[in-house]
Amino acid sequence: MAKIVGGINVTHVPYIGRAIANKLQQDPYWKPFFDGFPPVRQWLAKVKPDIAVVIYNDHGLNFFLDKMPTFAIGAAAEYNNADEGWGIPTLPPYQGDVDLSWHMIDSLIEEEFDMVTCQEMLVDHAFTIPLELFWPDQHPCPVRTVPICVNTVQFPLPKPARCFKFGQAIGRAIESWDSDARVVVIGTGGLSHQLDGQRAGFINKEFDLMFMEKLISDPLWVTRYSIPDLVELTGTQGVELINWLTARGALLGEVAKVHANYHVPISNTASGLLCMEAV
Amino acid sequence: MNTGKQKRVIPGTTMFDGDMARKGYALNKMCFSFNSAENRAAYLKDKEAYCDKHGLNEQQKKAVLSLQVLDMLAAGGNAYYLAKLGGIFGLDMQDIGAQQTGMTKDEFKAKLVAAGRS
Repeated sequence: MAKIVGGINVTHVPYIGRAIANKLQQDPYWKPFFDGFPPVRQWLAKVKPDIAVVIYNDHGLNFFLDKMPTFAIGAAAEYNNADEGWGIPTLPPYQGDVDLSWHMIDSLIEEEFDMVTCQEMLVDHAFTIPLELFWPDQHPCPVRTVPICVNTVQFPLPKPARCFKFGQAIGRAIESWDSDARVVVIGTGGLSHQLDGQRAGFINKEFDLMFMEKLISDPLWVTRYSIPDLVELTGTQGVELINWLTARGALLGEVAKVHANYHVPISNTASGLLCMEAV
Repeated sequence: MNTGKQKRVIPGTTMFDGDMARKGYALNKMCFSFNSAENRAAYLKDKEAYCDKHGLNEQQKKAVLSLQVLDMLAAGGNAYYLAKLGGIFGLDMQDIGAQQTGMTKDEFKAKLVAAGRS
């Protein structure tokens, strides 16, 4: 059966893509952020995943408000990145794993998570930037991928408790796949930030740090909060942390922290990185 | 569009719910079209005609043409799509944040840095 080697949660601010393109990793503004990644890359080199299941939210590249799924999954042999309108470089295609996608679709729907299935799916910066950070300058990306989209655009969003259960179902789906593949689960977005309204620029360092700690020791802690609670505590886009929670759920059981980093600000965002493995 | 639902009030914050999604559909759809370089160029060529073609109402059109972010939000705009309009004008998130909070860009950036120290 397939093996989950661990999980990595990370921020996905678009301007990281521009910083990578302009080689600003050692620039004083960016250094505290990029310096978080070498230990994660070393861990990846050790655990050698074949496939990354990437849990993220689309920002209006693949999905628009005409059709807005709560949970969607890719089932394509290849996923293309494309122009998002704000000038970050478009990256080469990512290889999919159609067998794992369809196994996950079967398993998730059997578990009553009624997925929207996508045989064509554009992947935006929330998918591409984490892969660029984990496997820099490697095109094509050295792992096959399965994208999973969670709606964080149009409220109501799926409740934190539901996202955690969804993650657990993702974990069981992967681990029941008849394959010797090694799989890493990636959750992207957050941490606290708000782009819109008079409260723009809102950051909650105390909550973010508690969330990162609890994700290791007691992930159910965050399921006590509603989505409006999380908006209040972390901002209108900080709520993307439900993708982190979903990825944590997929790790099934106890985990240990491999590496963490937290830095404010990157653009308007509190940036976070948390790498976990099963104990 | 008052559905009579009790909504959570968070100062300075709008949750983009069904009411907003209905209200802002045309505006957001126009912004979604800016994924295409050709459409961005067409917008810059004749902004008002582009708004009309996408069926924006007067409130939306006024907000968009004056680039007032809070007015665009009030007209049903969603941050993720509006960012694509901002991109046409080279506005980054600190420009947009500063405008919405009535700060200079430097003040807004300083506020973010301070949030990391607290």
